[in-house]
Amino acid sequence: MATTTLDRPKANGQSDPWTDFAPGLWNKEIDVRDFIQENYKPYYEDEKFLAGPTKRTLGIWKKLTDMFVEERKKGILDVSQIPSSITAHDAGYIDKKNEVIVGLQTDAPLKRAIMPNGGLRMVTSALEAFGYKPDAQVVEAFTKYRKTHNDGVFDAYTAEVRRCRSSHVLTGLPDSYGRGRIIGDYRRVALYGVDRLIERKKEEKDALDHEWSTDDIIRDREELSEQIRSLGELKEMAAKYGFDISGPARTAKEAVQWLYFGYLAGVKEQNGAAMSLGRVSTFLDIYFERDLDAGLITEEQAQEMIDDFVIKLRIVRFLRAPEYDALFAGDPTWVTESIGGVGDDGRPLVTKSSFRFLQTLYNLGPAPEPNLTIWYSPRLPEPFRRFSSKVAIDTSSIQFESDEIMRLVWGDDGAIACCVSPMAMGKQMQFFGARANLAKCMLYAINGGRDEMSGKQVAPATEPVQGDYLDFDDVLERFETTMDWLAGVYVSAMNAIHYMHDKYAYERIEMALHDYAPLRTMAFGIAGMSVVADSLSAIKYAKVKVKRDESGLITDYETEGEFPTFGNNDNRVDHLARWLVSTFMGKLRKYPTYRHARHTQSVLTITSNVVYGKATGNTPDGRRQGEPFAPGANPMHGRDSHGIHASAASVAKIPYRDAADGISLTTTLVPTGLGRTANDRITNLTSILDGFFGSTGYHMNINVLNRDTLLDAMDHPEKYPSLTIRVSGYAVNFVRLTREQQMDVINRTFHGA
Amino acid sequence: MSVTETVGQTPLEAASPFEMRVDLGKDVPETDVRSALKSGEIGFLHSFTTGSAVDGPGIRLVAWTTSCMFRCQYCHNPDTWTLSNGIPVPIEKAKEELRKYAPGLKAMHGGFTLSGGEPLMQSRFAVRLFAAAKEMGIHTAIETNGYYGDKLTDDELAYIDLVILDMKAFDPVQHKRVTGMDNAPVIEFCERLAHLKRPMWFRYVLVPGLTDVPEEMDRVAKFAASLGVVEKAEILPFHQMGRYKWERLGLDYKLAATTPPSNELVAEAVAIFRNAGLVAD
Repeated sequence: MATTTLDRPKANGQSDPWTDFAPGLWNKEIDVRDFIQENYKPYYEDEKFLAGPTKRTLGIWKKLTDMFVEERKKGILDVSQIPSSITAHDAGYIDKKNEVIVGLQTDAPLKRAIMPNGGLRMVTSALEAFGYKPDAQVVEAFTKYRKTHNDGVFDAYTAEVRRCRSSHVLTGLPDSYGRGRIIGDYRRVALYGVDRLIERKKEEKDALDHEWSTDDIIRDREELSEQIRSLGELKEMAAKYGFDISGPARTAKEAVQWLYFGYLAGVKEQNGAAMSLGRVSTFLDIYFERDLDAGLITEEQAQEMIDDFVIKLRIVRFLRAPEYDALFAGDPTWVTESIGGVGDDGRPLVTKSSFRFLQTLYNLGPAPEPNLTIWYSPRLPEPFRRFSSKVAIDTSSIQFESDEIMRLVWGDDGAIACCVSPMAMGKQMQFFGARANLAKCMLYAINGGRDEMSGKQVAPATEPVQGDYLDFDDVLERFETTMDWLAGVYVSAMNAIHYMHDKYAYERIEMALHDYAPLRTMAFGIAGMSVVADSLSAIKYAKVKVKRDESGLITDYETEGEFPTFGNNDNRVDHLARWLVSTFMGKLRKYPTYRHARHTQSVLTITSNVVYGKATGNTPDGRRQGEPFAPGANPMHGRDSHGIHASAASVAKIPYRDAADGISLTTTLVPTGLGRTANDRITNLTSILDGFFGSTGYHMNINVLNRDTLLDAMDHPEKYPSLTIRVSGYAVNFVRLTREQQMDVINRTFHGA
Repeated sequence: MSVTETVGQTPLEAASPFEMRVDLGKDVPETDVRSALKSGEIGFLHSFTTGSAVDGPGIRLVAWTTSCMFRCQYCHNPDTWTLSNGIPVPIEKAKEELRKYAPGLKAMHGGFTLSGGEPLMQSRFAVRLFAAAKEMGIHTAIETNGYYGDKLTDDELAYIDLVILDMKAFDPVQHKRVTGMDNAPVIEFCERLAHLKRPMWFRYVLVPGLTDVPEEMDRVAKFAASLGVVEKAEILPFHQMGRYKWERLGLDYKLAATTPPSNELVAEAVAIFRNAGLVAD
């Protein structure tokens, strides 16, 4: 590795921007973690110090909320057809004189950009869906002169990949849009200034001059050149807003602004499936503390900066086709911010700014973005655990993930990309992609490789199951063979996608904010875990009779007798779910990946469980064709009848080592189910989290519902599989009650509310 | 059919506690039932659940037994009145189930609660289960009407960390009206617990037109406060979730037209208990 400078940079000839910071390794190398560890102040007290929103904050937010109404009505508010890049658009403002932190993706708020490098078709179909005519010059440029990621992928797909894609046994492959799930370490911009980062990248590139020019090294050199170029563009973009970010930030406000410029460059350049922020709150806290100590700012001003920053994060927008939104309900961007956790030395990484970020949900109201994620450990200070529970109860807007598990694997400066994918900041990236529908794969195994809905031969032809009843060992053997095949096709598809994405839609600025040669993971995913586990349980513990159509295709099942179902803390079936996850992971690992990425896997579907269900025929567990799967690693809707402790215990049995990209559990509670008083509810939710994350629980989405949600649950029970409510001395699963009882609960639970 | 066969075939959990469950133990021969009650080798359960946040402190596993000597007018689970409606569960099976949750219950500052029905109708089963729970280091609570308190010796009471006593009424006439039974044994049990310094919670179901009598609530509250061991009182608002069970079981439901109490009425009741010097919500 090349040597690095020992001098502290001076910003614009002014005072030392690192005044009052404790020095360390971070002075010599690009090492934000070290800076945090040397300088942050853990905060052990409660939320009483927090400030409410300023008038200014509320004014800006009101302007935007009015625009949101218009946006929802039209689908999108406006669009710019200049192909986006870091510098493509002029400076844009919501309300220039009142903004504390500035910068927009285009020249106006909520005006979406086009990013054709990922795929032109996505751009044109989205434009047309919202009533815009695609710009003829853009279309010409990206068909005649410039190839896209999407074109490249389809040039390299095999016939088998295409078959799996159209039969939906592989769904959600990022082959027509940005892959996302890469987090630039945007903190570097604030701590070091861009010039120092450029210098470092040049050193990294120079170091490669001594390497022989293989494909890999040539690609690395080209990528580093692009990274250096993008850092120059980042400075240029900031200059449009009147900022020189070549040197380090000198104040808290500059730190937030510099960091945000880094992120903004990322979302100007890439329409990634998830454009997460990383782990910034405790980093920024060091700057806030310095300015607060020096009397330069008040608590109200500190909160105002974070509120304004969060407002910016809430209005990140991408132009996407309506089909994409059908797969991932709504208009998600996954601006995930990781909060909390414990450091390697045992000190909590909780600071006052951890609270300030959560406080935005009160100051601005609940919202899905930014996706605030608590790295939870029972070792976190109690006031912070309680405040997190309170925020979850009041807003249903935050999620929890196991700091204990993730820290051991990825270190104490990790962040979540998207929903549950952990990675070390600036030192790791992932090749994201899609899910294998294992329920469908199981049906293929039973049907000799034919699709149960279309009858088409998708997997290699084998002899289908014979006889009237399914035999457990026979089905398992076939299933293993079919999973082997599917794993191969899946890895092959992912290799093609990421080869082309690097080639045609490389994340220049995001990767510029990584170390050279980061750890790469290739994140596979599975859908239908609980459907498969319950189906195998039915075959093993009950009798499953098959029904064939006239072509001999097995299209339905008749199950006689009882069988245990996933989600009841019953090892007879929970072990089948474990087996499935570990087995498929083992098969994926057998196929080499692009750029030697490490294989990982997630059990996560977000909202796409509905779409997977639609594309899957009847299953032996009694699920009917088209019925949704359970989300993520959840038990199937209505089958986990022993309460939250039992269902969480089942999910916690899924081994993280074979699902290192995350295991998702969504839980829905109503306030009365958590306790009789507000204080009891906070205590009890904290206890539930302590229990789950004190064992091997990985992720929990907590919904605490209001009346409207319950009404919705009456009409769409499949969306609320584990909605638990308390009625006097009893807990009930809401969706299992009769309509009359549900009405009773709604009228009573929310009486006077 | 033997007990073990029945157990193997019927899922212990109900689809919900409001699912009506009848006759699940009807095939157990009478002699087996008697010896089971005597030895506690087998218990009859309506169902169990985990993750309860309102059946004692922390997050708890709750099992509901069948059989009760009271016939409360506002009972929301009249199917738990009859022993043979429950599923016969061998004590070893119940312990095994409990053991699965022991670490989690401790982590969640919770424990195990036996409710009903009236758990002390199966006092031997209850005692054996509580003793097993204590051995596993699990906090224990019983939700009881207190009528059979004398079925437990002082030593056996030591297995129960918290008695959640559902006080139906203080005045014997009112108690008889609400439950069909006398309340002298209940009062006696409470006084005994006070003497033994065993922690208690009090519960009072607020039914408009039946139990919302201020003087009566005041007496219950003052009595509870006088015991010196009541950590908390909970006012449970009446609801109509159990109406259909009364109808399906062909029972005479006197509260068909009763509506849940208003928030104001609940607040007044809570105030009465607080004025007596209790922590109440």
